[in-house]
Amino acid sequence: MTTSGQTVRITYREAIRQAIREALQRDPRVFVMGEDVGRYGGCYAVTKGLLEEFGPERIRDTPLSESAFVGAGIGAALGGMRPIVEIMTVNFSLLALDQIVNNAATILHMSGGQFNIPIVIRLTTGAGRQLAAQHSHSLEGWYAHIPGIKVLTPATLEDARGMLWTALEDPDPVLIFEHGTLYNAEGDLAAEAVAVNIGQAAIRRPGSDVSLITYGGTLDKSLQAAEQLAAEKIDAEVVDLRTLRPLDTATILDSVARTHRAVIIDEGWRSGSISAEISARIMEGAFYELDLPVARVCSAEVPMPYAKHMEEAALPQVATIVETVRRMLGGNG
Amino acid sequence: MAPEAAPAQPTLERAHVLHLLRQMMRIRRFEEKCAELYTASKIRGFLHLYIGEEAVAVGAIQALTSDDAIVATYREHGHALVRGIPASAIMAEMYGKQEGCSRGRGGSMHIFDAATRFYGGNAIVGGGLPIAVGLALADKLQGRSRVNACFFGEGAVAEGEFHECVNLAALWKLPVLFCCENNLYAMGTALKRSESETDLCLKAGSYEIAAWPVDGMDVLACEEAAHRAALEVRAGGGPCFLEFRTYRFRAHSMYDPQLYRDKREVEEWKLRDPIALFQTRLRERSLINDDDVKQIEDEVAAEIAHAIEFAEAGTLEPAGELTKFVYSERPRS
Repeated sequence: MTTSGQTVRITYREAIRQAIREALQRDPRVFVMGEDVGRYGGCYAVTKGLLEEFGPERIRDTPLSESAFVGAGIGAALGGMRPIVEIMTVNFSLLALDQIVNNAATILHMSGGQFNIPIVIRLTTGAGRQLAAQHSHSLEGWYAHIPGIKVLTPATLEDARGMLWTALEDPDPVLIFEHGTLYNAEGDLAAEAVAVNIGQAAIRRPGSDVSLITYGGTLDKSLQAAEQLAAEKIDAEVVDLRTLRPLDTATILDSVARTHRAVIIDEGWRSGSISAEISARIMEGAFYELDLPVARVCSAEVPMPYAKHMEEAALPQVATIVETVRRMLGGNG
Repeated sequence: MAPEAAPAQPTLERAHVLHLLRQMMRIRRFEEKCAELYTASKIRGFLHLYIGEEAVAVGAIQALTSDDAIVATYREHGHALVRGIPASAIMAEMYGKQEGCSRGRGGSMHIFDAATRFYGGNAIVGGGLPIAVGLALADKLQGRSRVNACFFGEGAVAEGEFHECVNLAALWKLPVLFCCENNLYAMGTALKRSESETDLCLKAGSYEIAAWPVDGMDVLACEEAAHRAALEVRAGGGPCFLEFRTYRFRAHSMYDPQLYRDKREVEEWKLRDPIALFQTRLRERSLINDDDVKQIEDEVAAEIAHAIEFAEAGTLEPAGELTKFVYSERPRS
C-alpha cells in the first residue's frame, strides 16, 4: 500500500476531502461545484476549508438548481474540464435526473463516439439518521440500471480516499454514492494512500459457509454479522461490491462457487433492485453451485419512517442478517 | 489561445446576401426532401422540419466563429447545415448509416459533430441549455473568449431548466447566447395557452441580462441582432437572450395532424415566408436576378441529390458493434 508503511487516523469524510484536495492540486482542470460546497463547507462538511485554499473559481457555490449545475458539469466536461459535482443528497439528484440519464449517459452513444463526458458526481445516500422519507433513499441500484454511467459505492476509508482520482481519470460519467452514516467512521489509513481500481469487488472477509454480498452502508453490518456467526462456527465470506455498474459478476460467482450459499444485503428496496440483479446473475451463472435458494436482506418496502424504532425496523440490521443465515443453514440440516 | 476575430458586420454586399439566400434555400429544399424521404420510409423515427424558420439559424449562426459552440434541439437540421456539417453526413445519419455524422446512432434528432463544435441535437425540451451553460463555464475557467449559442423553442421557457440556466449564466457572467426560436407552439400548445406572461424577453430580462425580440422572418434582422448579442457575450459581459419571432409552416413532426391551429393562420404567416421576403427585397434593390435564384436552386438540388446518393450508398454498422460507444474505448494498460 505504501512505501513507508505508516498509517494515519482519519475519518471517511476527511479521506474524501483529502482525495478532492489532491485532485485539485494535481489537475488544474478539476473544480468542485454544488450547493453549499464553499462558504458553508459542504452540507456534510466534506469540502470544508477548500474554498479558502482554492478560491471561488474552483470551489463554486451554486444556486439550488440541480438540473442546471449538474448539466453545467456535463457541459464543462465537454469543454475540457474535470468537474466534481456534489449533489447534497441522492434525493435531490432526482431534480437532475434528466441531465444524468438523458445527457450524461447518452451523449457518447448518440454522437457515435465523438463526445465523452468525464464528469464525477458525488452524492450522499442512505438512511439511518432519522431523516424520514425524502432524505433516506438508497437509489444507487436504480442508477446502476443505466448504461453509460458508472456507479461507485465506497464503503471503506481506502475506497473513500482512492476512488475519486480513478473516477476523475475515467473518460465517462462516474457517480460516487457516499453513505451518510459513514462520514464519521474512523480508522487507520495508509499515510500515502493511492488511487484504487474501480469495477472490481473485494472479499473483505474470506469464509467458506455462506457469501454475504453487499456494498456501501451495509458492509459494516455484514462484517459484524459475520463476526457473530463465527462465534456459532458459521464461516461467512463478505463480498464488498464496491462498484454497482459495471458489476463484478466474476467475483460474485467465484465466491458462491466456494460457499454454495448466498445472502444479498442491500439497503435499497427489494423490488426491481440491485439485489434482484445480483440474484439473477447467480441463477444465470452459478445455479448448480447453489445448495440453497439465494436469500436477500433489503429495506422494507415503505417510505422511510422518521421514528427511530420504525426506521430501524425498516432497514437491514446485523440481527436480521444473522437470523437469515441461521435460518438458511439450519434449514439445510 | 488567441480568439479568432469576430465575423464581419452584416452588409448588403451581393456576395453576402447571396450567401444568406443560398443557406436558407439549402435548408428549405433539404427539409422538403426529408419529408419526401420520410413518406418513402427511407427516414424513420421522429422528423421535425425547420421550414418557415430558416432565417433564424442562418442569421444567428452568421455571428459565430468556428471556435464557438452550438447546442441545438431536435429541430436542428437547418442549424447543422448552416454550421457546415455536410448535407451528405446529415442525410446518411437519417438513413441510419454509419457514414452519418453520428454513425447512425442518433438519427434526425441527434446530429453531433465535433469538427464544427456542434453539441447536438437534444430531444428533451430545455435539456440542452445546461450543456451550453457548462461549455460556457469551461470557456470562462480556461480564459477563452468564445460564444456558446444555445437554440431552443419557446416551449422550453416553461421548463424549470430554462430559468435555472438563464439565472446561472447571468449570475456567473457566462458567455451564452440564448437563442429562443418562438414559433408560437410547443408541439400543439399555443404560447398564450401555456404562459401567464407571454413576453419572453421580460422573463429572461428579469435575470438582469440583455434580452430583445427579433423578427425571425427577416434574415438580416436575425443576423444583425445575433451580431450585436454575440459581441456583448464575447466581450465577457455575460449572456444575452434573443427571442426570434418565427413560425413553423409544417406540422410539428410527421405525425401531427395540426388540429390545434387554424389553416388561415398558417397561410397568413406564409405571406411572410423568410425566403420569399428576402428574395423580394433583394430584387427590389436589384441585388439579385432570376438567374441568381435559378443558379442557387440548381446548386442546392445537386447538393441534395449528392447527399441522398451518399446516404443510399452508405453502409450499415455491423450489429456486432452494438455495444460500442456506451463507454469510451481506452487502450488497456
